[in-house]
Amino acid sequence: MKKLLILLFCLLPVFAHAGEAKDLAEDPVLEKRMVGLAENLRCLVCQNESLASSHAELAEDLRREVREQMNKGKSDQEIIDYLVARYGDFVLYQPPMKSYTILLWFGPFVLLLAGAGMLFFQLRKRRQTVAESELSPEAQQRAAALLNEEDNK
Amino acid sequence: MTRFILPLVIFLVLAGFLYKGLGLNPREVPSPFIDKPAPVFNLVELEDPSKSFTPADMKGKVWLFNLWASWCVSCREEHPLLLDLARQNIVPIVGLDYKDKRADAESLLARVGNPYLLNVFDAEGRIGIDYGVTGVPETFVIDKQGIIRYKQIGPVTAQNLREKILPLVAELQKK
Repeated sequence: MKKLLILLFCLLPVFAHAGEAKDLAEDPVLEKRMVGLAENLRCLVCQNESLASSHAELAEDLRREVREQMNKGKSDQEIIDYLVARYGDFVLYQPPMKSYTILLWFGPFVLLLAGAGMLFFQLRKRRQTVAESELSPEAQQRAAALLNEEDNK
Repeated sequence: MTRFILPLVIFLVLAGFLYKGLGLNPREVPSPFIDKPAPVFNLVELEDPSKSFTPADMKGKVWLFNLWASWCVSCREEHPLLLDLARQNIVPIVGLDYKDKRADAESLLARVGNPYLLNVFDAEGRIGIDYGVTGVPETFVIDKQGIIRYKQIGPVTAQNLREKILPLVAELQKK
C-alpha cells in the first residue's frame, strides 16, 4: 500500500504541468521578433522587468499592441518611437544619448580618469619621498657616530 | 589633513544623493505628454453607450481627465476628493473607465457617488496606452486648448490638489 502511494506521488509531476503562456501568437516568426524587441523595453509596472518577461496586465496589452503593429508592417524603430511617445525614454533599457544623459553615459569614464590621475600623482609623490629618505637623519647620525667611534680608537 | 577631509566630503556627497534617492518615487516617471495636445480618441460613454465623447468636446474649458476602474483600490482613496471637487463645481472631471466591466463600474458609482461630468468606457485599455498609463488612477489637467498641463500618477491627494492641481486649474482658467 505504502509503495503504491509513493509510486503515485512520483507520478504526480507528470500531471502537474503549468498552463501554456497564453499570448503566443499564431505566427512564431513574428512572436520571436516581438520578444526580441520587447526584451529591450521596460515594463512600466514592474520596472525592473523587461516587457518580454513581465506578467503584468499592462505588459500583456503592450505586447499585443507591438504584435498588432508588426502585423501592420511597422518597423521596429517605428514601434519604439510609438512607445517612447507615450511612455518617454524610460521605456528604453538603453537610454539615448541626450544633453541630460551625458553624465550617465560619460560619468563612469570621468570617474575612472579621475581615479587614474589620483593614483598617478600619489605614486609619483611616493617615489619622490622614497628617493629622498634613502638615508634618514637618524641613520646618518648613527653612521656618523659609528665613524667617530672608529676614529677615537 | 586634506587626506581625511577629501574622502569625507566625497562620502557626504554620495550619502546625500543616496538619501535623496530614497525619498523619490520610482513610479513618478517624467511624462512626455506635458505641454502636448491630449491624444485624440472617440469612445462611447459609460452611462449611455449610444453617445460618444472626444476630447475636442471640452474645447474652451479647463478639465480633469481621470482614469479609474471599479477594480482599482487606490481609486477609492481619491474618490472622496473628486466628489468634493465636483460638489464645489470648480472644474469638470471626465472619467475614463479603464479595463472594466460596465455593470461593475455603474454599480460602484451608484454606491459611492459619481463625481464625473461623464465617463468614457475603455474596455481593452487602448486609450489608456495612448495616454501612457502605467496603472490607474492617473489624472491629467487639460487646458482650454486641449493641451495637457499636468499629470498625476497614482491617487490625487489633498496635498497635491491644494498645492499643484487647484492653483494650476485657477491659472489656466484665467487665460
